[in-house]
Formats: sequence, structure tokens, C-alpha cells
Amino acid sequence: MEEIKTTGYTPADYKNSQNARWCPGCGDHAILNVLHKAMAVIGVAPKDTAVISGIGCSSRLPYYMNTYGMHTIHGRAAAIATGVKTANPELTVWQISGDGDGLAIGGNHFIHAIRRNVDINMLLFNNKIYGLTKGQYSPTSDRGAVTKSSPYGTVEDPFIPAELCFGARGNFFARGIDITLDITRDCMVAAARHKGAAVVEVLQNCVIFNNGIHSYFTDKEQRADHTILLRHGEKMLFGKNMEKGLVQEGFGLKAVTIGEDGYTLDDVLVHDAHCEQNFLQQQLAMMDGHELPVALGVIRDYQTPTYEAEVERQVEEVKGKKGFGSLRDMILKTCESWEIN
Amino acid sequence: MLQETNVKTIDKVVIRFAGDSGDGMQLAGNIFSNISAGEGNQISTFPDYPAEIRAPQGSLSGVSGYQVSVGKDVHTPGDQADVLVAMNPAALKTNLRYLKPDGIIVCDGDSFTEQNLKKAEYATSDPVTELGINPARIMLVPMTTLLKSTLADSGLDQKGMMKCKNMLALGIICWLFDRPVDGVLKKLQAKFAKKPAIYEANAKVVRAGWDYGHNTHSSMPVYRIETASAEKGTYIDVTGNTATAWGLIMASEKSGRPLFLGSYPITPATDILHELAKRKDLGVKACQMEDEIAGVCSAIGASYAGHLAVTSTSGPGLALKSEGIGLAVMAELPLVVIDVQRGGPSTGLPTKTEQTDLMQALYGRNGESPLCVLSAVSPTDCFEMAFQACRIAIEHMTPVILLTDAFIGNGSSAWRVPEKDEYPEIKVPFVSESQLEQGWKPYDRDAETMVRYWSIPGMDKGMHRVGGLEKDFNTSVISTDARNHARMVEARREKVARIARDIPKMEPMFDEGADTILVGWGGTYGHLLTAAQELNAAGRKVAFWQFRYINPLPENAIETLSKYKRIIVAELNTGMFADYLQMHMPGKEILRINKVEGQPFLVSEVVDGVISHMENN
Repeated sequence: MEEIKTTGYTPADYKNSQNARWCPGCGDHAILNVLHKAMAVIGVAPKDTAVISGIGCSSRLPYYMNTYGMHTIHGRAAAIATGVKTANPELTVWQISGDGDGLAIGGNHFIHAIRRNVDINMLLFNNKIYGLTKGQYSPTSDRGAVTKSSPYGTVEDPFIPAELCFGARGNFFARGIDITLDITRDCMVAAARHKGAAVVEVLQNCVIFNNGIHSYFTDKEQRADHTILLRHGEKMLFGKNMEKGLVQEGFGLKAVTIGEDGYTLDDVLVHDAHCEQNFLQQQLAMMDGHELPVALGVIRDYQTPTYEAEVERQVEEVKGKKGFGSLRDMILKTCESWEIN
Repeated sequence: MLQETNVKTIDKVVIRFAGDSGDGMQLAGNIFSNISAGEGNQISTFPDYPAEIRAPQGSLSGVSGYQVSVGKDVHTPGDQADVLVAMNPAALKTNLRYLKPDGIIVCDGDSFTEQNLKKAEYATSDPVTELGINPARIMLVPMTTLLKSTLADSGLDQKGMMKCKNMLALGIICWLFDRPVDGVLKKLQAKFAKKPAIYEANAKVVRAGWDYGHNTHSSMPVYRIETASAEKGTYIDVTGNTATAWGLIMASEKSGRPLFLGSYPITPATDILHELAKRKDLGVKACQMEDEIAGVCSAIGASYAGHLAVTSTSGPGLALKSEGIGLAVMAELPLVVIDVQRGGPSTGLPTKTEQTDLMQALYGRNGESPLCVLSAVSPTDCFEMAFQACRIAIEHMTPVILLTDAFIGNGSSAWRVPEKDEYPEIKVPFVSESQLEQGWKPYDRDAETMVRYWSIPGMDKGMHRVGGLEKDFNTSVISTDARNHARMVEARREKVARIARDIPKMEPMFDEGADTILVGWGGTYGHLLTAAQELNAAGRKVAFWQFRYINPLPENAIETLSKYKRIIVAELNTGMFADYLQMHMPGKEILRINKVEGQPFLVSEVVDGVISHMENN
């Protein structure tokens, strides 16, 4: 776990007096608390923090923050956050979206914000359902999911958010669960420290419309064997007694038990989140908790130039080169003019 | 051979350059209008180009035109041309209808090949006779032959030589209108500064064209165009789209708010994005986004972060942006939306002009969603109105839609570069320190203007949340209370209505003794003004007013209009502004002149329309 240094801020500094209006038992309450804690660790002042959301249950979150914030329109949070960050790169900008908001109506903005590498921290609350509209399937619902809008089961395959992020050439991807609070907090902190678009998928439980959708790997008794916490530079071990590990087999990954079938600790892969090549990271991110454990923690964290910094650099560069003092100065120096006396 | 004519001093002349999209007609026309402006002529230009970038060479669909009017009292590019320059049989065929009956044609005689005639769908091998052109009015210049002999030693290949053909035509036009070629050479020198060989070739060709006219048609005296007296100052030739971009920059300088553009390429608005992308050298952040929606949304984000935020588009893009604009209405953030209107609906006529987005601008959003709508009336007025759009957006904390159109956006005229202090400071309604100390709330309003105060991220103690949900009038937190909603709807409406106190009043021209008023809005100004001038000169008393401010209307607009017996609204749609006025003046008959052909009015159409209404109503 990340060591918590004193930044002079406490979680309470980021919290406002509004009562959160999510359903009792909703995972969003926990994620909100974790975000307050993560912000205190990061230590950026509330006045320099902007939280931008779209529409959906999770997108109500900015109203519960004591920061700058905007609750916008469905699907557009990434585009609006891009504008905020590009206009003022000094700000720490968070985007809050659900799986419907971010990947269905907002799918285009999601992939382009990642491709552009705008330095925004994108929290994707994934509960595989539309909650606010009362229970329709989302683009992350599993094939066959029975919901109000798919009474006979869906006949389409879901997006896997990580795959979309990698496909859009994402350079930061992390995953937490609404009940693994420390892991989720560390993912948020790492996302904020990463310069560039950073996606944190938080697997979240909707108690009303999709209760238990993640429980096959998030339940207490299941978690040790069906999830793995990845840490950069450390062996990929999991299981109740860390007796299991991930090894490479052919072009894929395999879960093994140390000491069985001839596998030793030396065979177990060491996680490299900072590696430019993303092949293995993607394999890790795609593990679904059935054959292979669901990967938690920071899976990819690779640094490339950010959009807003490049925009700023270019502006400064051409401003310096041309040296125009004003609009009038530019016109008189670049256009053919004539005088009328 | 042209008939001999007498020396003619004329007030204004209209020249239409027509050729293949790749023939460089825009450049030739542009240089001619520039040098004319430099000699003190007023200018007005109108590029008329096809939607295809390069349609098949020599085909009828591939013809592109550039019309320019120069002289005195020039407000439009002219209904019909005095001179048509046609580079091939297709251009001749498609552009003949834009020529006055007694107009002159300059045409490339070498282009009348069997192949070209076939492509242009001629039935015979003699286009002049087939089109019924008086042979005395057409100069068939063997352009290809002349080019080849002029450039024999240039080292250029055939293709390179043909690229100079537009300059040959321009040389002839310079001769015809008594323009020394020096001005042209200066422009070419600037254009080809890094390619001296290309400059030399073009310069030679311009001179050859002038000499050809002079030697071959020496018996024909040239025209002299009257110059206009204009306000003192430094002038340049500017298109409406460029002027729009610059008006935004001026507003940024005068408000101290950095300029952000979020945009997506769309004809005919893209030149605004192009210009602002170049203006990183003035600190502008111009971002090409992934779609129209991201264009407006990134601008809303930039506005929230304290920038002067703009998105530029055309009709279909405005449709996509409407939900975003609604958010800016609700969040009460300054936002400038520029719609360079084109023919619709749907993809419609992307390169042609229309005024058919008025209702979309006024009402094209869900809910009670009032905002300010402005229009620019000419290429140079785009500067002024872009500035005003920004001023109103910031000072009144509201989205503003500025309507221009393809005609004024692509058209150009001579523009006096404003002096440094000519434009007023824009006052930004920042929340004050003392307000913050006293527990400011984001929807606290100025009692006079109903404008909320602006806090931007980074301001200490200014943290706040805005968004698309209805807020409580007093506490600014989310509210679904019935009475509160009604109160907030009214507050937003009233805030926009009170902008009327902050804009110029309506003052009709030619008002004395007139019981009829001709009214228009936006880019039809030049045509309507000229029509009003002609009507008054012919003894018909017709007042005239062109609206720039559409919502809200000038405070005295309805009262002023009510005084007239006849109100005639002329517009390039089926009557949107007339309907809008009718809403404000139930019971008063609003007469109409409408055209929806993707083309500007002809002055004659407006004159005839007014006369017809005066005689029948």
C-alpha cells in the first residue's frame, strides 16, 4: 500500500455538506469516500481541483465534492474535461462516468480523450447496468444478460473497458473494486500522479438492478483465489496464502500453484507497469476471474507527452518566434495593406 | 474582334472569373480585387464553388467561379457581370447566365477542343453560335499557344506552363481596366517569395496578357473605374470568416480572457478554425475535436475554466451541438457559437448560402432555453459582430449564437484595420472577494441585469458546482421544486431579454416620408441596401433597416416597425424572420420577399418584390 504522507489536507477538505442521494448500500458511497481520501493523499488544493461528470447515478458525484465541479450532459464528460484541462493545465481534472455514460453514448469522447492523452483522471464506475433509468443493459453487460430492455437476454457482446482503453492507445489503466478501498484509493492516487489520460475502472455493485454481478470474484471467500493485486516490480502472486502465481505459457498467461506441476517461484512473472510494450499488460487486464484472476491495481502506467502540455508548448513556441504584440500588429505584419489618407 | 467603344468611366464593374476548380480562378480574382482596393476602389467578392474538391476536368459540374465588384458605392458582388472570364467551354456554358446582355467575354480559344466540347455537352463544334453569343462581345484568346511561346525558355513542362494560365487572363483584365501590372507583380512576388522561378514565369505571363490586350485590341479604349472616398486608415482585404476569427481575438484582448476554440471541420465554416489554428502565435488555443459535440463541449469546459470559449460550425453541426448549448444556458456560462449558414436541410447545399438556420438558432433546444442570437451583415461586419457576441456572452453570462453565412463568410471586402483603442474593454463579471467572504452562491444574480457572477477554478473559496439540473434560486443546490423551476425559467428569460438595454437601437435609413420599410437581417445587407437606394433614387420612398440583433430585438424595434403602413421582410428562406416579427406584432401584416435557391438575392429581385408589394398592398 502506498505510504500516506501528510499533505496538509484531510478527506474532509474535499467533502461538502450535501447528503449523497444514492440508494442505501450502493457502491458509489464507498467510491466517493475513497476519492475524498485519495485527494487528501494527492494534496492538490480543492480550489485547483475540478470534477467533471456526465449523466447517470455515478455522475451525481461532483455535487458531493467541495471542489470545482460540473455535472454535465450524457456522455460528454470526457470532452468537457478536455476543455477544462486544455484551457488550464494547472488544474487537476477528474472525470466521473459510468459504463453507460462513458462507453455507450460517450464512447467516442472516451477513446479520443485517451488517444489524445489529455491529463485527466477518468474514473469509470462499472456496474454493467443502467441504474438511473432503472435497469437496462449497458455496453458492459455480459452476453445473455436479462434486463428490462433485454427480457430474453442480450444478443450482443460487451465492451471490456480495459480493451477499449488499450485499443485507444491508453497509457494508464488501473482497476479497483468498490469494496477494496485501499486498492482503489491507490489506483486513484497513481492515476492523478500519471501525466496523461488515466483510466481507473472501479467495479461497482448496483444493489437494486444488478446486485452481485461481480460477486463471483469480489465476495470475501472468492476474492483471494479470483483476483490478483498487481504491483510494479513484484511477483504476480495470489491465493489465500499467496501460493498461486501467473506464468507465461506460449503466447498467453497461466495460473499455477507454486510447487505443483514443477512450477517454482522463479517461474512467476514480475509485473512491469512502466513497460512501453503493452501486450502482457493487456493480457493481464483482460483476465476475467474465471480461468484467470481479475487483475487489480495499476496494470499500465507509461509516460508519453500530454495533449495540453503540447498545446501550451506550441503556443509559447510560435508566440516567441513571431513575437506579435497584438492582433493589429499581426495583421499589419502579415497582410498586404494600403493607406487611405 | 471586339467592337470599338468609347472611353468609359464607370462607377463600378463586375468581373466573373470562371474555370475548372483547379484553374486558379480564385487567385486571379483575389489579386484583381486586392489591387483595385489598393487604388481606392471599394470591393465585394463572392466565390461560388462546387462541393467537389476536383470534379473531372472540363466537366460542367467542376466549374468554379469568383465574382468581384470594384468601384464606388459597392455593397454587393453585383447581380450580373460586366466581364466574364471563361477558361474552358464548360465555364462559358455554365456562367453565361451571370453575364449582362451587353457584357464582354474573355475566353480561352485554345480550349475549344473536341474533347472539351464533348465534356461540356455541346451539340456542335461552335459554342459561340450554339450559345447565341454575339461574336463582337467575345475575345477568344489563344491562351495555350500564348503560354507556350511566352514560357518556351522557362524550363517549365506543359503542366507547369498551364498553371500560369490564370495569370494570362488576369493580365488581359488588367489591360481592360487600365490597371498597370505592377500591383499584380508585387502580389506574386509575395506569394512566390521562396520560388523565384515560378514567380518569373507568372510575371512574364501577366505582362504577356497585358501586351496581348494592348497590341491585339489597341483600338478598344479601356475602362476607368471610379474610386470611392473612404475613412482614413490602413486597409486590407478580408473575408468574413477571417474577420470573424479576428473579432474573437479582439474580444479576447479586450476581456483579458484567453481564447479557446473547440471545433470540427465543416463547410463553409472551416476557415475560422484554420485562421484560429494559425493564431497560436497570438496565444489562441484552437482545438480540432473528434466531432461537433466535442467541439461545443470542450468549449463549455474551457468556459468553465475561465476562457473566452467559442465553437464554430454550420447548420448540421449546430443541430449536433444543441444539447451542449442547452447546458451552457442552464449553467449560465459564456459561450459563443458561430453558425456559418449553408443550404439545408440535412447535408443540403454545403457550399451555397442560405438564411435557413434562424429558427434553429432561436429555438432548436429542449426546454425553455433562451439565448442571444446575433447576425453579421457583411464580410467586414463579421469582425464587429464576433466581438459583440463575445462581449454579450461574457458580460451577460450566456451562450450567444452568431449567424453568418456562406456568402459573407467566403466573400471579402476592404476593411479598415481598427486602431488599438477603438474597441471597448469587456467587463468580466467576476465574483468579488467580499462576495466570496460573505458566502457567495453560483446562481446569485445582479439585480439590474439578472447576470450571475463568475468564479473560475483556481479562485480561492470560489469552489462551486454547476450543471444541467435545475438549481434553487436562493441556495443554488439541485431543486425539483415546482415554483422554484418557474422562477428560474423566468430568471433565465429575463436575463436574456435585458440584453436589449445593452445593444444599439433601431434607426431606419431613408425614413423621411416613407410609409414602407424594407427589412432584412444578416448577410443580405448589401443587396437590400442597394435595392433601397435604387428604389429611393427612382422616387419610391422606402425606409430600410437590417437587423444585426435578433434576440433580443433592439428595445424600440417593434414600436418603430409599427409606424409603417407596410413592413416588407426580405430573406433567403421561406419567411423565418417575418414569422418571428409576426409573433411580436400579432395583427400586423408582414409582407415577404423570399428566395431559397442557395444563392444570394439579386438586387433586381428585391426591387421588383418591393414594387410589387407597394402596388398590391
